[in-house]
Amino acid sequence: MSVLSTVAALTASRTGRAEPLTTVRHQHLDEKPFVLVPLTLAGETCAPLAALAGTDPEHPTLLTVRQPRNRAERFRFAERLAALLLAYIEGCRTETEPYTAGRGKEKEERLRFQRAPQLLLPNGEGIAYVRLLGRLTRLRATEGPYAVDPSVPALGKWLTWFAELAEFPNSGVLLAMTRLLAAHWATGQSPSEDSHLASLLAWIDPPEGSDGARVAREAEDPAVWPPAGPSTDPVFDRTLHELMTRYDEASDDRGREAVGRQIDRELSGQMLPTWRLMWRGVELLRDLPEGAHVPGRWALDRRWFSEYAEYLDADGRPQARRDQAVRAARRLARLEDAVARYEAERAYDDPLVMAEYELTGEAFTGTVTARDEDRFVPGDRPGSQVWRPTITLRTSTDTRVGLAVGTEVKSPARPGQGARILDIRQEDDGSHVVVLQLKGGFARKQKPPAPAGTLAETGEELTYTTLNPTAMPSALPDEENTPWTHGGPPQPYEPTDEDAEETWE
Amino acid sequence: MPSQQSEPPDDRLARLRGPQPPQPYTARKITALTANPACARRAVLDAAGVDKALLAQQVGYEPRFGQSPFALAREQAFHGLVKWGGYAELIRLLREQLSVPVAEAHVTDLNEVGGNTALPVRERETRRLIAHVASGQDVRLILDRPVLALEVAGQTAYLEPDALTHRIEGKFHVVLIRSFAAIDGQANPTAVAEAAKQAAVYVLALRRAFDTAGLPIEQISHKFLLVCPKDFSNRPYGRLIDLRQELDALQFQLSRLRRAEDLAAGLPETATLDTTRSTDELSSSIEALDASYTPSCLSFCEMARYCRDEADGCASPARLGNGVRNDLPGIDSTRTALDYLDGVAAPGEAEVEAADLLRAAARLRRLRRGAA
Repeated sequence: MSVLSTVAALTASRTGRAEPLTTVRHQHLDEKPFVLVPLTLAGETCAPLAALAGTDPEHPTLLTVRQPRNRAERFRFAERLAALLLAYIEGCRTETEPYTAGRGKEKEERLRFQRAPQLLLPNGEGIAYVRLLGRLTRLRATEGPYAVDPSVPALGKWLTWFAELAEFPNSGVLLAMTRLLAAHWATGQSPSEDSHLASLLAWIDPPEGSDGARVAREAEDPAVWPPAGPSTDPVFDRTLHELMTRYDEASDDRGREAVGRQIDRELSGQMLPTWRLMWRGVELLRDLPEGAHVPGRWALDRRWFSEYAEYLDADGRPQARRDQAVRAARRLARLEDAVARYEAERAYDDPLVMAEYELTGEAFTGTVTARDEDRFVPGDRPGSQVWRPTITLRTSTDTRVGLAVGTEVKSPARPGQGARILDIRQEDDGSHVVVLQLKGGFARKQKPPAPAGTLAETGEELTYTTLNPTAMPSALPDEENTPWTHGGPPQPYEPTDEDAEETWE
Repeated sequence: MPSQQSEPPDDRLARLRGPQPPQPYTARKITALTANPACARRAVLDAAGVDKALLAQQVGYEPRFGQSPFALAREQAFHGLVKWGGYAELIRLLREQLSVPVAEAHVTDLNEVGGNTALPVRERETRRLIAHVASGQDVRLILDRPVLALEVAGQTAYLEPDALTHRIEGKFHVVLIRSFAAIDGQANPTAVAEAAKQAAVYVLALRRAFDTAGLPIEQISHKFLLVCPKDFSNRPYGRLIDLRQELDALQFQLSRLRRAEDLAAGLPETATLDTTRSTDELSSSIEALDASYTPSCLSFCEMARYCRDEADGCASPARLGNGVRNDLPGIDSTRTALDYLDGVAAPGEAEVEAADLLRAAARLRRLRRGAA
């Protein structure tokens, strides 16, 4: 939460309409995302109750469990979901494209799929559901006393893969609609209220001629807008409980089937409004132009997807119940790097996001007032001279510059060009004059003149910041080289019989 | 110790509630109160034993809480399972977690005392038993559903932990049975935190009981046993959880609670919280009690939506969440903040810094939105 989003929230609370927080969309939105609206049975841990799923807004597939206390029925649900989702994942594994992995000596050419799956859930609880359902299904055995269909553990492994990537802000394979929307718009209600999909969308997209704030309140009534799941509305549960009791007590198959169909209808009625909201959310997000770094992040997702698909083909063991210490440490380091890089990329792609850093003084914007194209300074070797042109920027009168002389900065306008602050002066009118020494980014030229466009012209407005999306990630030794003090190279996880034979009561 | 049952006829809180029987003061209410200690409204309503759900309904706000029949059935089934067969599962967990010797299985069921289920009766019996066990005159491994008393905001609260267990290294442990699962040894942290807060309330009440009886409180463990289903099964799983942090926090919060009686005394003589009275009478009495609404209230307080509308009405910044409230230090209304932004009002000395930052942010928003 930044002061800029506070201003946006204040404005929204006055107008009754959400305010944009970004000028572009910062997440990849696939042409064919897989939308999943799940419901679980209250009180139980991840007892699937129903879902609407699929890639066609007009034709969701309805999955229901008419008696969720029956273990076999739960796994039939998983089988049916697997049939849909695994086919979708398989559909992404068609065409490949080459890419270069690694740098320097370790550079190599590899292939990745041109598509990756994208799974959209209504909210954060939906992501937690995916994680749990993955845990429930990935360790199941396909033979023995509690055998399940082979598609069930396969589904579990993929769901776990989705859920693990969902923690990475630079991945778009599993996203929660409420988080996506709240990252792009500020409403005049609290963040906890924003986690309610219907009420959040009411602020962003109120019906013609009405006030978002009022519609958002109306959307809180579970009788009008059933909860977006996976938890159900307790009042609805009473109806469901009655139907399920009748289902169990039906005297013949025909009667049972009739009640079963009624259960299906009721459950579908609980999920359909959310299904529609999900696709409305997709439309609204599609209307935003895509940020410049988004395709690069999606390429990384496609690479991760290709690598995991390859691993499953070659090895296929499920993810462990818990990460080993070494794996957990590596994952945490990767996560920290991903967060920092994502934040920087967002600011580079979006002046409205960069404005947050301008406000805190970590970035500043000014107009080029002078440039010294022919400047040379002594190099490292005695007597050598290196080309280091300078530009001078003047900020507007009320800009804060919180950076010190000597700080290395970069500009989104020329991300390949490093700059160092040589001097900062505050003028009498409150504006700042900043002198920057430039290095690199001149199309490999070592001396003047600078190729056209590589050196800022006077009059050009530029933003400089300490953020650097291309900063090298922190280095950890390879897994194989984990020192013995840290337990040595981690052993791959071997599923045990115990994993598969959890008691089911 | 004063009598638990009879209330003096001039008890202001009882008169506020009217003829309805008082709602019990539960551990959940205490943790909620300490979650929002500044809320005088909730403090008085709870201390007076007012049915908040009914009250909210009377003033036009149907509370959106309720328990699913599925959740209730599951919870009962799990409790039943833990205590089934002479507390076999619970004893198994006590052995695993606390190395209880096999021979130890003396249990007393305190759900009733000789057919009497009244809380004060069960509380007396619990105190008597604890004193006997603590002084070594008697042996019990498990006290099922004991009742403890705790003074909260000047009122006596009767608390019912799921179980108390003793003779593990000579210490008493509070046991909580919950039906949320521990998956691969990890349960939902929010649910665990909530359970720990409640357990701290029980431990504190137990300390008071020991104190009153002149027993050493060192006999009370600062760890409690949390019992919940293992993974996706129904098999009970138990873990000891340290409560020292929760106990410190709870003691601090309780010491800060203004006595509900003092708050009630400040109300006009005509004030009433009797749910049979008219909406207008109730509303004006509720308004006379200061609420401290935050969006988190929506998840636990029956009156939250009433308070939210009130907070909207006076444009309280807190209703937009902590982020907004923290960015508006000293500014008590979002309307005022917007006036500063529009330049139609000038901030006071204490507000200048915050207002300047807001204006700078608004300026940047205007400039950069167009830049794309």
